[in-house]
Amino acid sequence: MTVVAPRRTSRRPVWAEKPSVLGQLGKGTILTLVTAAVLVPLWVVLVTSLSSAETINEAGGYVIVPREFDPSAYVVIFSGGLIGRAVWISTLITFIGTAISLTLTVLAAYGLSRSNSVAHRPLLFYFLLTFLIYPGMIPSYLVVTGLGLKNNLLALTLPTAIQAFNLVVLRAFFMNIPAELLDSARIDGAGEFRILTRIVLPLSKAVVAVIGLFYAVGYWNAFFNAILYIDRNDLQPLQRLLQGYILLGQAPPNVGGGAVVHIPGIGYSAPPSLAIKMAVVIVTVIPALIVYPFIQRHFTKGVIIGAVKG
Amino acid sequence: MSAPNAVEVAGPDDAPAQPLAEIPATRHRRHRRNRRNLRDRLRRDWPLLLMVVPAFLLVLVFHYVPTLGNVVAFQDYNPFAGDSPLEAFLYSEWIGFGNFEALFKDPSFWDSLRNTLAILVFQLVFYFPLPIVLALLLHSVLSPRLRSFIQSVVYLPHFFSWVLVVSFFQLMLGGAGLLAQVVRDAGYTPPDIMTNPDAFIVLVTSQAVWKDAGWGMIIFLAALAAIDPTLYEAAAADGAGRWRRLWHITLPGLRSVIILLLILRLGDALNVGFEQFILQRDAVGRQAAEVLDTYVYYRGVVVQQYGIGAAAGLFKAAVGLVLILAANKIAHRFGEQGIYQKS
Repeated sequence: MTVVAPRRTSRRPVWAEKPSVLGQLGKGTILTLVTAAVLVPLWVVLVTSLSSAETINEAGGYVIVPREFDPSAYVVIFSGGLIGRAVWISTLITFIGTAISLTLTVLAAYGLSRSNSVAHRPLLFYFLLTFLIYPGMIPSYLVVTGLGLKNNLLALTLPTAIQAFNLVVLRAFFMNIPAELLDSARIDGAGEFRILTRIVLPLSKAVVAVIGLFYAVGYWNAFFNAILYIDRNDLQPLQRLLQGYILLGQAPPNVGGGAVVHIPGIGYSAPPSLAIKMAVVIVTVIPALIVYPFIQRHFTKGVIIGAVKG
Repeated sequence: MSAPNAVEVAGPDDAPAQPLAEIPATRHRRHRRNRRNLRDRLRRDWPLLLMVVPAFLLVLVFHYVPTLGNVVAFQDYNPFAGDSPLEAFLYSEWIGFGNFEALFKDPSFWDSLRNTLAILVFQLVFYFPLPIVLALLLHSVLSPRLRSFIQSVVYLPHFFSWVLVVSFFQLMLGGAGLLAQVVRDAGYTPPDIMTNPDAFIVLVTSQAVWKDAGWGMIIFLAALAAIDPTLYEAAAADGAGRWRRLWHITLPGLRSVIILLLILRLGDALNVGFEQFILQRDAVGRQAAEVLDTYVYYRGVVVQQYGIGAAAGLFKAAVGLVLILAANKIAHRFGEQGIYQKS
């Protein structure tokens, strides 16, 4: 949600006092520190992941000033093995989960968006009630395992597929589409499904995109359900590997014993374990970084406009 | 919701009235008419209803069925009593409040409750005001480009998973982290940050701040932008300095948002963040890092005492409900709207 203040210029209003030097200095320092708190860790991890063994040894661990560009850690990650597999699993969960969530949420939101349709009020209440009632970990666990979803990737998607909040936002947006538009389509003989796909969806691309991205970030970050429902090593999502490598101190595979990678133009080298760990971190961050500007851009267009009008 | 549906009213389905006039009894007539209406409306709306069905079923299976499943809290649930968990549920023995008795006798349950409440209070005092302060600071930055840059940077971590956030803390502040590396190079012993049970509450709060303070700031920025600038001008003309303007215009302008968020936070209070704690529980130790959620997980899933786990979950839900109702009541007392209106 980028907040755009109405017509704010970069000038101080005439009636306001002149800022004091000390105040300016303090403000600048605090804001710099706040920004640095986010950017410095990202920078250090990125640079270390792209460093060679010598640079890492020389720096005594983390590298702050980049010396060279050595992508071997990434080559190791993406050349298969456990990490490559986890990247693939996470990607799969994200795409399948988002597709399921988005389809079902859009359908339900449209189905409930007509203000005089049969039973829309109790149905909406049915979905809204999920805000207030949290089913609890143990019964959820028993239901999911009872359905035979243990060690099934569907256990990472289906239980969290419908988020009532997203449903409500979408429905509010759909309700703001001028009724005349839908009516004219109906007069032309379009059924509800055609109206949804041909008229409503193209008009609400932005908000649908934002909600899809929210779902996607959620699935990519899924960790808790993976602990509960996935025991098998070959089905672990990336977040679980990250936990293993960084928090539990396990050594990533492909290190030491002859895991030599050929990098065109650089030659043969064994990427250091630290660089691989950092590369796993970066790979985990990247989807959020990619998705983020879109969410930001569409926020003003989508959610805010929807909310303000609604 | 009112006007734009004129077409529906004038639509072909709503043309009846002639055959109904023959029926004498008014109650009967209304009944017939409603039924007929419902049939017509169903014929018209069935595609819409069909669209809701898949989401309806998913929520039923993964939300409402588990909600009802909380009755295992009153059972001596034995996973081996049947072939599947659901069958086991049917064959398990009912024991009334036995699980709750066992729960309340368990000292580690009280540890987890104490930790949860301590973290809640600590975060309300040290975390909750930060987004407001941050929003005020950022709002006072005059250059729009600088403002939007800082804004983008600080709410980026909101999109990181807890694993990633805790990992970053481990990498920066942990025993083998960047800070330790720098301190060691300088010839000192690095401080013990990530595994110190006494400072755990500060650690988890700073993680929460790092992850979500920027995101929490957004709503306050929106509220700040909505304050009428002429109020400031008038106050300045009356001789109010910048601190008085902050106190008498800005903060009152934010009041309802602050109270709303406070209530929501309280209602969500006992969910202090399952992932964050489960990730650090082993490094810091159970005494300090056990919260209600991790207690439920270890009791229920790991040790498989499902009944006790479910009882703890139910207890947590009940306390959460009491907290949110109390908070709302307090909000009403202050003349604020709260989350729902007083009827």
